[in-house]
Parts: sequence; structure tokens; C-alpha cells
Amino acid sequence: MTDAALPNAAANLRQVVEARLKKRHAQEMRFRLYGRMAIIVALSFLALLLGRIVTQGYSTFIDYQIAVPVHLDASRIDKADPTGANYDLLVAESVLAKLGEKDDEFGEKSGKVMEIMSNDLGFQLLKMVREDPTLIGKTITVTGPVKSDAALYFKGQIKRSTPQDSRKLDDQQLDWMDKLKASGAVTSGFNVSFLTNSDSTEPEQAGVLGAIVGSAMMLLVTACLAVPIGVLAATYLEEFAPKNRWTDIIEVNINNLAAVPSIVYGLLGLAVFINWLAVPRSSPLLGGMVLALMALPTIIIATRSALKAVPPSIREAALGVGASRTQTVFHHVLPLAMPGVMTGAILSLAHALGETAPLLMIGMISFVPGVPEGFTGAATVLPVQVFIWENASERGFHERTAAAIIVLLVFMIVMNLAAILVRRRFERRW
Amino acid sequence: MPSQRDDAMAHDTASAPVHIAVDRAHASQPAGAIKIRARDVNVFYGDKQALFDVSLDVPENSVTALIGPSGCGKSTFLRSINRMNDTIAGCKVVGRIELDGEDVNDRSIDPVVLRARVGMVFQKPNPFPKTIFENVAYGPRIHGIATGKAELEAIVESSLKRAGLWAEVADRLHQPGTGLSGGQQQRLVIARAIAVSPEVILMDEPCSALDPIATARIEELIDELRNQYCIVIVTHSMAQAARVSQKTAFFHLGKLVEAGPTGEIFTNPRDSRTQDYITGRFG
Ligand SMILES: Nc1ncnc2c1ncn2[C@@H]1O[C@H](COP(=O)(O)OP(=O)(O)O)[C@@H](O)[C@H]1O
Ligand SMILES: [Mg+2]
Repeated sequence: MTDAALPNAAANLRQVVEARLKKRHAQEMRFRLYGRMAIIVALSFLALLLGRIVTQGYSTFIDYQIAVPVHLDASRIDKADPTGANYDLLVAESVLAKLGEKDDEFGEKSGKVMEIMSNDLGFQLLKMVREDPTLIGKTITVTGPVKSDAALYFKGQIKRSTPQDSRKLDDQQLDWMDKLKASGAVTSGFNVSFLTNSDSTEPEQAGVLGAIVGSAMMLLVTACLAVPIGVLAATYLEEFAPKNRWTDIIEVNINNLAAVPSIVYGLLGLAVFINWLAVPRSSPLLGGMVLALMALPTIIIATRSALKAVPPSIREAALGVGASRTQTVFHHVLPLAMPGVMTGAILSLAHALGETAPLLMIGMISFVPGVPEGFTGAATVLPVQVFIWENASERGFHERTAAAIIVLLVFMIVMNLAAILVRRRFERRW
Repeated sequence: MPSQRDDAMAHDTASAPVHIAVDRAHASQPAGAIKIRARDVNVFYGDKQALFDVSLDVPENSVTALIGPSGCGKSTFLRSINRMNDTIAGCKVVGRIELDGEDVNDRSIDPVVLRARVGMVFQKPNPFPKTIFENVAYGPRIHGIATGKAELEAIVESSLKRAGLWAEVADRLHQPGTGLSGGQQQRLVIARAIAVSPEVILMDEPCSALDPIATARIEELIDELRNQYCIVIVTHSMAQAARVSQKTAFFHLGKLVEAGPTGEIFTNPRDSRTQDYITGRFG
């Protein structure tokens, strides 16, 4: 190469670089565009999902209550055995009276009224009479929900424009309801009973309280089992265990366990916990144990990475002043890793909260009309409640499905926020 | 011991009694006596040998500097003295290291106790992310040195005073130690080591992360501490070794090339490799 060739080569090089530069810029722009598009797609799916759930479910939080004065006719209620009376009929007749109509001899009209009035009204009367038999012979006003089909009409989800034979309620019933609403006997308000009732065979009386309590109890079991076991296992593996083939195998297996489909844990729970340890079926204890198995690998992995993130200089510092290994870990390393551990634990518990498949596997799909009676009693949990209602035939339940999903999502969002707050609050820099 | 403690208290109420007791023990030994005696120390990291037959005497109440090019095994040697190498998986130490005539690798020696006797200061200041007070109090607390709150406070105060940090932090003992400047952090770490009344303080390049002013401050401190402790310092600064140490040991490729009084090593080295290193021909 001669001396003259050098500057020439440099000029050439610059040209080549510049030509490539354009390409590189274009490439970068393209990549950014793809990235933005991906985010837009993801966000719009999320918006669609949430939007659909909210639009379907929000109406559950409104309910329609009717207040009717009912005359507790002494000739129709036996003082000695008040259970025997037909309170639903009494209610229906009172409603008819309010509408200015009389029941026909076949009881057809009162039957039609019963189709739009919840039998909760009748239950209330029975309860009141049982508590205070002196009410018999008096007129008292009961307030209770209308049947879910009637509520759907008020909410505009059953329309008068639909031909009569393809809707649940006939024109006469719709007329009555309009009249009741206009007279002020039917009022709408926030549906408190959805949050204070448990599951029921009647959609208008079904609520999520039992499922919320069941979920909370189950999650408590999961947390009490998975967090200490997971944190200790991870701490041992990370800080104490020798690094050899065995610990490598264990590590690989833990990572694999985190990817095992959740239903497999359900099968495991069925085989081990039910058939072997005889843990009561569909109890929060059993569900919690199964979910703890599922949450363990995630908690172990999160804890190990949090421990890894603690700088070795902290360990040296503690060991250097004569702390034992256990003291080093429990006085310094683990406390410093705690934010990471807590975040991991909360997120895996939030995941467990939404888990359904393994719970179906262990028989947590029974109809439980109340809050669970202790950790070994039958329970239902939020995601399973969603599953049960979604499979019900009545339309009122479908509305409740979406509402239960909203409740579930609210709990998840709260947990995720808690995880973020924990991380923010205790985040440390070295 | 209590009677000794009591008259120590009568003597000087400002500093912690434990230190006074230790100081007397120190004073009873003649300066220049051998504190640490290493014989044929070989250290392996797995299959790789990092130290070859190192034999070195470290005198009491003086500063011994370990110098040598990067990777020659200075830190490795330092860490074998307080058995910090035990904490490294795959590290094996063969040979004899005596502290006051006792083999530190003996089964009867608990590394936890050894490390209280042989404190360590690391290259990068590593205070615990806790308050200044907690940093210093941690050692005495886990070793059960202080019997009460007042005694603990006295130990913290005297340790911080000895580390020359008291004046700067007296009014913010309960603020995080990590909020101090690098030089202050390093002195805090020295105070933390002093708080458990060690006999030996090992320092692994304690000034390499500090600016010149902070470095000068630490060097002054080392000079003061020399009266009470046996100090071994690793440094890659020739000038620092010359300034602070009385004895210097030159390591090269895992071997101890030569050791002797600092003045002699720097003015009249016997080995040509030492000569080359201190004149800056390699390293
Ligand atoms: N933890 C370790 N694992 C494996 N090899 C190590 C480890 N620490 C140090 N070594 C090796 O031992 C030799 C001496 O290292 P070190 O004592 O740190 O040197 P120096 O402190 O003199 O720079 C180097 O070759 C280094 O690579
Ligand atoms: Mg080193």
C-alpha cells in the first residue's frame, strides 16, 4: 500500500459508512414503529376485555327494590306453625292489590306476579313472623328485590320490542312493572346485597360474600404455607447449600416446576391431599395447600433473585466483624432482600387468587350458599364462583358473572398495587 | 475481669472499658514481637494455585504493607489470615498461619471468634445500609461485648473517636451510614472493626476508592492506630506503603519475593523483581 492510497481509503470508508447510516436509521425507525404497534395492539385487547366486562357487569351493582304493605291475615297464618303459610302468595296478592287488580280463581295472576317478585320478600315475612308472632293480623311493609328478569327489564336488557313469546316476561307483566315503577313502589339503588350475600339459586339474591371470604381464607392458607417454606428453601439454596450437581438438579427442577400447568397441581392435590392425607374436599385448607404448591416455585425463584441482588460486600462486611453465616443472612442479607421477596410473594399470591383449574380438580365447585364454616368447611372462591355462574342457565347469573370478575379484578389490582408500593417504599440503592 | 474493668473505668471514663483492658494486654507485649506467623502457605482456588509457599512474619504494633502487581495474591493472603477464604466455595488453604502462636486453621478455632480478633476493612467502603450507630454497634452486639445500652453507647463513641469520625458524625448517629462520603464511610468501617476490640486489622486497598484528601486522612488514622493494633495493609500505591508501613512484603505471581523493613525494601531491594516493581518497570 502506498501513502497516497490511505486518504483515499478513508474517503471511501466515510462514503460507505454514510450509505449504511441511512439504512441503520431506517431500521431503527422501523423497529420503533413495530414496538409501538405491538403496544397498541396489546392495549386495545386489554381495553376491549376490560370494557366488555365492565359494560356487562356494572349493572349488577344497581338493584331494584319493591316495598309492599302486606296484610298478615290471621286466618291464613297458623299461629302455632307459621312456617306452613304461603307467604309468596300473600306478597303476590298485596302487589296485585297495589296494582288495583284481583287474583283470578286459578291463581294465574298471582303466579305471574311471583315471576317478577323475588321470593326473598316471602322469606322476610316468614322470618319476621317467626321472631314476633304478634305481627299476625297486622299489616307490615316488606322491602326486597324484584326478580332478576324484572330487574333486567328495568335495566333495559329485556326489551318490550322483543316479541312476547321470545322473552321471559309477557306484556301484562311489563305493564305491571311500569305501573309499579311509576307509583314509586319500585326504587333503584346500589346493590348492597351483591356484596353481603353468598351464592343463591335465585340470581337476584346471589352475592359474592361467600366467595370473597373463601378466597381470603384460601389465600391465607397459601400465604402461611408458601411464603415461609419458599423463602427458607430459597435462602438455604442461595446462601448455605454447597454448589454441586445435586443443587444444580434441584435448581433446574424448581425452574421447571414454575412452568408446570396448574391443573397438574390439582391432580397432585387430588392424589396426595385428598386420597392420602384425607383433607376435606372443597375446603379452603385443601385449596390453599394446592395453591401453595403452585406458588412455591415462583416464590423460591423470586427470593433467590432478590438474594442474588444483595451485593456480596454486605456479606463480607458482616462476616468480617465476626457474624456467623446464619447471622449474616438473617441480620443483613434477607432483610435487604425483603422488598424483592415481598413483591414476588404478593404477585404469586395474586396469581393464586385467580387460579381456577386446580380448584375444579379438587372439587371446589359445589354450590355453597353461605360463608365457609372454618378452614375445613365447604367453600367457594371468586374465580370458581365466576365459573359456576357463567355456566348457569339464567340470564341474571350472566350479569353477575361479569360483576364477580370485576370484584376479582379489583382484588388483583389492589394486590399488584401493594406489590408496587412495597417495592417503591423499600427500594434500596447501594 | 470485672475488677480490672472497674479500675479501668476509674482511670478513664470517656472510653470504653473493654478497649482499655485490651490496650493493657497490648502494652504488656513488647512492640515488634511476632503477632502473625505464616509458614508455607499455599492457597488454591479449585485447581488453580494462587499462593505458593508463602512464609511471612507480621510484627505487633506496626503496619505491614503487602505490595505487588495485580493478581499476585495479596488479597488471597490477607483473607487467609482471618479465614475469609473459608466463605469462598472451592478455596483451600494449606500451611500454617499462627496468631499469637495458635494455628488459625485449627479445629478448635471458631472463625467467628477469629474474625472478631482479626478485623477487616475492604477495598470498597461497605457500611451496612443502617444507621451510623447501628453499623458500629453491630459487632459488639452479636459478640455480646456490651452488657447494657450505656456501655454500648460508650463503645460506639470510643470506636468512632479512634476512627477519627466522631467529630463529624456525633450529631447524626442515627442517620444512615451509607449517606456519608466515601472517606467517611471507610472510617466508619474502620470504627466498626475497632468496636469488637480486634488485635489485628487487615486492610485490603482501603484507599483505592478514595480521593487524595480522604486517603491522607485514612493514612493518618492508620498511623495512629498502629500504637494499639497490628495492621496489615494491601496497597498498590508504592508511596502509600512507604508512608504508612514499617515492614513491606513484595508478592509476585503468588510467591512472596522478599520482605523486610520498609526503608530497606524501597532503598535497597535484594531481588531484581522487587527493584523492577518499585521503580515502576512493571505492575
Ligand atoms: N474467588 C476466586 N476464585 C478464583 N480465583 C480467584 C478468586 N479470587 C482470586 N482469584 C485468583 O487468585 C489470584 C490472586 O488473586 P488476588 O489475591 O485477588 O490478587 P491481588 O489481591 O494481589 O490482586 C488471581 O489470579 C485471581 O484470579
Ligand atoms: Mg486484591
